[in-house]
Amino acid sequence: MTFHITIDGRPVPVTPGQTIGAALHAAGVRSWRSTRFGGRPRGLFCGIGVCFDCLISVNGRAPERACLVEAAPGDEVTTS
Amino acid sequence: MTYDLVVIGGGPAGVAGALTAAQAGLRVALVDSAMRLGGQYFRHSADPRPAPGLDRFLRLARALDSRADLLLRHQVWSLTRGPDGDLTVHCTAPDRTALPVAARRVLIATGAHDRPLPFPGWDLPGVLTAGGAQALLKGNDVVAGRRIVVAGTGPFLLPVASGLAGAGARVLGVFEANGGLGLARHPLLALGKAGEAAGYAADLVRHRVPYRTRRAVVAAHGEREVEAVTVARLDKDWNVLATRVLECDTVAVGYGFVPQIDLGVQLGCATRHDVDGSPVLAVDAGQRTSVAGVWAAGEPTGVGGWRLSELEGRIAGQVIAADWRAHGGEAGAGAVAGVLLRRRERWRAFGEALQRAYPVQPGWQSWLRDDTLVCRCEEVPLARVREAQSLGATDARSIKLLARPGMGWCQGRICGYAVSCLAGEPPQPPRRPIAQPVTLGALADLTDDPTVQ
Repeated sequence: MTFHITIDGRPVPVTPGQTIGAALHAAGVRSWRSTRFGGRPRGLFCGIGVCFDCLISVNGRAPERACLVEAAPGDEVTTS
Repeated sequence: MTYDLVVIGGGPAGVAGALTAAQAGLRVALVDSAMRLGGQYFRHSADPRPAPGLDRFLRLARALDSRADLLLRHQVWSLTRGPDGDLTVHCTAPDRTALPVAARRVLIATGAHDRPLPFPGWDLPGVLTAGGAQALLKGNDVVAGRRIVVAGTGPFLLPVASGLAGAGARVLGVFEANGGLGLARHPLLALGKAGEAAGYAADLVRHRVPYRTRRAVVAAHGEREVEAVTVARLDKDWNVLATRVLECDTVAVGYGFVPQIDLGVQLGCATRHDVDGSPVLAVDAGQRTSVAGVWAAGEPTGVGGWRLSELEGRIAGQVIAADWRAHGGEAGAGAVAGVLLRRRERWRAFGEALQRAYPVQPGWQSWLRDDTLVCRCEEVPLARVREAQSLGATDARSIKLLARPGMGWCQGRICGYAVSCLAGEPPQPPRRPIAQPVTLGALADLTDDPTVQ
C-alpha cells in the first residue's frame, strides 16, 4: 500500500491519505524551507493550513502548504 | 444554479447545519478545504481513544453525503453579495481554478485554530501547535516525535498528550500554565464530562505522563531543530519563579483557540468580544448574524467545543429551513425545539467556564527576549515591536504598519493575539479581504463577475 515521493531526489515513504508535510515529518525531515531574512529552518507548525511555515514546491509548482496537500505517488518535492 | 444554502466548514457545526437544512428540503452545498468531513476535532483514523461523539458524527456525515453537494478540498477565499441580494461563495478548486458558488443563504462554520504564544525558540522545527500534533496523529497516523513535551493551557492538552502517549511517544510532561485546580477539580468534572476527563487522566497515569500545573515551556533550544526546552514554574500571573531544562525532540503548545471569522467580517457581520477577549461573530438566538441571509455556528460565535458546535449547527439549520419556507410561501417560521435551546445554553455556560478557568495571563510577555520572534512570517523580533511603540504606535494596527508583524503569509493569524497583548489592547476583528491564497487569475475572474460591484 505504501508508495514513495521524493524530496530533492531522496525517496520518502507515504501511507495513502497522508499529506506531504506529514510524510516528510514522519521520515525525520522536519524542515524544508529557510526564511528570507534569518535563513531559519522551517517545517510544520500549525499543521492545519493557518501558519504557512510549511510552504513547499511540489512537481515544480509554486509553493503550497505541505500540511494541506495530499501526497500522490511519484510527487517530487524540492526544498528551497 | 443558486443553492438555498451554502455551508462553509465541514466540522460538527457545518455538518449538523447542512444536514438539518437538507432534510427540510433545501438544496444545500457544503464547502471544506480538507479531504474529508470532520473539521479539526473529528479527524478520522486510528486513535487509541476515539474522539467522543465520533460515531455519531460519522453517521451525520454519511447522511449528509446523499443529501447535499460536498465540495471538499475547496478553499473559500471570499464572500460577496450581489445587487440581487444573493451571496457568492468564492472558492478555489483543488486544481486552483476559481469556482464561485451562488447562495441565497450562507452558514459560516469555519471553526478555530490554536492560539500559540511566542517564546524564544518557538520557530525551531519540532515545535508544533497542539492542534498540529493532533492533526498529524489523527489525520495522518504520524506521531509528531519520540520525546514530546505538551504545554499551554486548557483541557485540549489532555487528549493531545493521551493520544501521543497511546501512539508510542514518550510524553515527558503536560505543563499547564494555569493551575491550582489539578485534574481532580478539573472543570470538566464539574460540568458533566467526568468520564471523558477521567479517561484522559487514566491514560496519562498508565503512560506515566506527569501533569503539572503552573508550569510552562518558556524557551526551546537547538540548532536546526528542538533539542531541549526550558520548563518554568510560574506564579499565578505566569511570571517565572524557577526553571529547569528538559531534553526532548518535540514540543506541542496551545494556549486556547482563535475563532476564524474572516468571512463574516468581510460581509460586515457585527462582532463582539468573547469572555477571553477574542473577537467573535455576534449572533441572535437563531444563530443569525447581523447581516441578512448569513448565519454562523460553532467556534466563530465563541469557543465551546464540539457539542456546542453541533447544537448551534442544528439550531441554525432549523432557523434557515424556516426562513426558506417563509420565502417559499409556506406558512409560518417553525420554532426551534426548546430542548435544543436549553442544551445550547448549558454548553455555552460550559464553554465560558472553560475560558474563565484557563485564561492567558500577562506574565508570558516576560518570557520574551529582544531577539524573540513575535511574527514568524516577517521575522519581527520583540525589539522591533518595542521600537515601533517608542515611535508612537499605541495599538496593534500601528505596530503592524511600522514593524510589519502580521504582514506576511499568515496575515497575523499566528501572531495577531500576541501583538494585541503587547500593544495592551484586546484583539480586533481581522481585516482580511482575502481569506485564503488565491491566484491572480481567480482575482481577474472576480472582476468579470457581473454580480460584483
